[in-house]
Amino acid sequence: MALDRWIALVLLGICLAYGYAAWFTMDGNMAPFMKRNPIWPSTFPKVLSVLGIIACCFILLGVEKTTPKEAEIDYRRLGDYHIGQAVMLLGLMVLYALCLRPAGFMLSTSGFLILGAVILGERKWPLLITISLIATFVVWYLVQEVLGIYMRPLPGFWRG
Amino acid sequence: MLEGLLIGLETALSLQNLLMVIGGCLIGTFIGMLPGLGPMSIIAIMIPVAISIGDASAALILLAGVYYGAIFGGSTSSILLNAPGVAGTVASSFDGYPLARQGKAGKALTIAAIASFAGGTIGAILLMIFAPALSSVALLFHSAEYFALMVVGLSAIAAFAGTGQIAKAMIMTILGLIMATVGEGALFNLPRFTMGIMDLQSGFGFITLAMAMFALPEALFLVLKPKTLKAGESEITELRITRAEAKAIAPVIGRQSLQGFFIGVLPGAGATIASFLGYAVERNIAPKDEQEQFGKGSIKGLAAPETANNAACTGSFVPLLTLGIPGSGTTAILLGALIALNVSPGPRLMIDEPQIFWAVIMSMFIGNLVLLILNLPLIPYIAKVLAIPRNYLIPFILFFTLMGAYIGQNNATELLLLIGFGICATALKFADYPLAPLLIGFILGGMMEDNFARSMQLYDGVAFIWERPMTLGLLVIALILIILPSYRARRAKYHASGVADGS
Repeated sequence: MALDRWIALVLLGICLAYGYAAWFTMDGNMAPFMKRNPIWPSTFPKVLSVLGIIACCFILLGVEKTTPKEAEIDYRRLGDYHIGQAVMLLGLMVLYALCLRPAGFMLSTSGFLILGAVILGERKWPLLITISLIATFVVWYLVQEVLGIYMRPLPGFWRG
Repeated sequence: MLEGLLIGLETALSLQNLLMVIGGCLIGTFIGMLPGLGPMSIIAIMIPVAISIGDASAALILLAGVYYGAIFGGSTSSILLNAPGVAGTVASSFDGYPLARQGKAGKALTIAAIASFAGGTIGAILLMIFAPALSSVALLFHSAEYFALMVVGLSAIAAFAGTGQIAKAMIMTILGLIMATVGEGALFNLPRFTMGIMDLQSGFGFITLAMAMFALPEALFLVLKPKTLKAGESEITELRITRAEAKAIAPVIGRQSLQGFFIGVLPGAGATIASFLGYAVERNIAPKDEQEQFGKGSIKGLAAPETANNAACTGSFVPLLTLGIPGSGTTAILLGALIALNVSPGPRLMIDEPQIFWAVIMSMFIGNLVLLILNLPLIPYIAKVLAIPRNYLIPFILFFTLMGAYIGQNNATELLLLIGFGICATALKFADYPLAPLLIGFILGGMMEDNFARSMQLYDGVAFIWERPMTLGLLVIALILIILPSYRARRAKYHASGVADGS
């Protein structure tokens, strides 16, 4: 089974779960006066879940014949591409999301930029560190001072 | 109209807004040149900046400048490197790249700049003439028609997104609509589908979704498959075009400005279709000997898509500003930005806040002029940006993606959502699912449900569908737009397999 049909299967699961929530769990605890309305909060989701299930089945059953065209990246041969780098970068992004608040903007951002470049194979340390630090400071200055959005620059135990 | 023009001039010519246009065009051009970052991603990145400006006309002017700049920047990379950064400029590389390889890169870029300028300017004039007329018609629209109109917008997008992939586009649209129902609806004040998670109470962040759908998968694709980027090997010489060449492309520019604009007005068509159609039409009506030049470095073949895509960009502002319907992914993002700025685009926009409407039109003229003036002398230097090593480029793209989502919501959970959705979007992109319909469905979904609920309450049932002829008409159009492409695809297939169709 091709990837697009696997995805359709997953989406079908999502639509079924969504449909279950809309059809069976939402109407019970509705206020009595709302029941007189011609439209309920669950009306739209109900319609959507049905439409979604139909559309998923369309792809799953292959009703619409499509000629497979040359994809930009062939997912069957992911190993041929730089999949390791991509996964590591994604991990780095998760790490960044978790660190941004506790470690402060300056540390996590400069770390992210430096490690990101290192993952991609950059080894010119002085240049890399200089560029990252300057970029981090410029962005922080723009966001904090010019746009006025507060971002804690340093870890909490250093500066409040 | 004259009064409106003066209001617009007054707003657009203030120092702040002039700087916005210039800044927007420059940012757009530079980022647009980077392969993988189309106008959609760039505008999504710029939204937090635009929103924090606070002034709606300044923000919209900035975003419009970025939009134009990005389209022009995209054509630069498709001409110099045959690496179109934007779908709308793919057609420009058909003839632009051969020209560049013949050592006429300077001439090609100049033609692109002039064609873009002409397309954008003529488009803005048409917008000025037709938008007020369209919007006075639009004032007859009630919430029932609005609902129907949004169905038309949705269906058109689903039908245009990728040939022969209507089912996939439908699924993505429905998924977008489903995601729009998460959180508290305006009409019911009841948290829905939040699974008890507080962070979902207000629904998914629009910027988060936009970043996850466009910027992140494109950046990941760049990591997975490094495009070989070589700075233009041939020296960029021969900037000028001759009088004969100018004479040859003038009618092309005229025709394609008109055609591109009206294609852009249709919801769902947009710059990509306009540019391909422009290329095809010009090729078909060219004399026999010139026809053979197409694809081998014809200046007409370059001027046609360049003019058409800029005119279409301008055209797509008509439904956005007068009806509040985004005609493309990019204008959908713009619509989100407008709503965040507390401006509701629609027929009332011209009456309630004429300065915004006219300022945008004036800034289109100024933006086009600025693009031409800035870019002609910059052309040799512009190409240098493409030489930034990807080791630096990609971390910065990812960083700006994350920052966009963080600044918008100030919530680190949003970043995890962004990464999660980004991975899903990449998988969808692998399987060739179009991503723009999802975002358009997400943005239109909330409004569609509100308008539907409002008209249901007014008519106490679904009677409004047949009691209001305009609603019925629009819904029929939507139905036709869904059915027609698949019908035509089927007929084309029968033709191909040799089945007689009675003619």
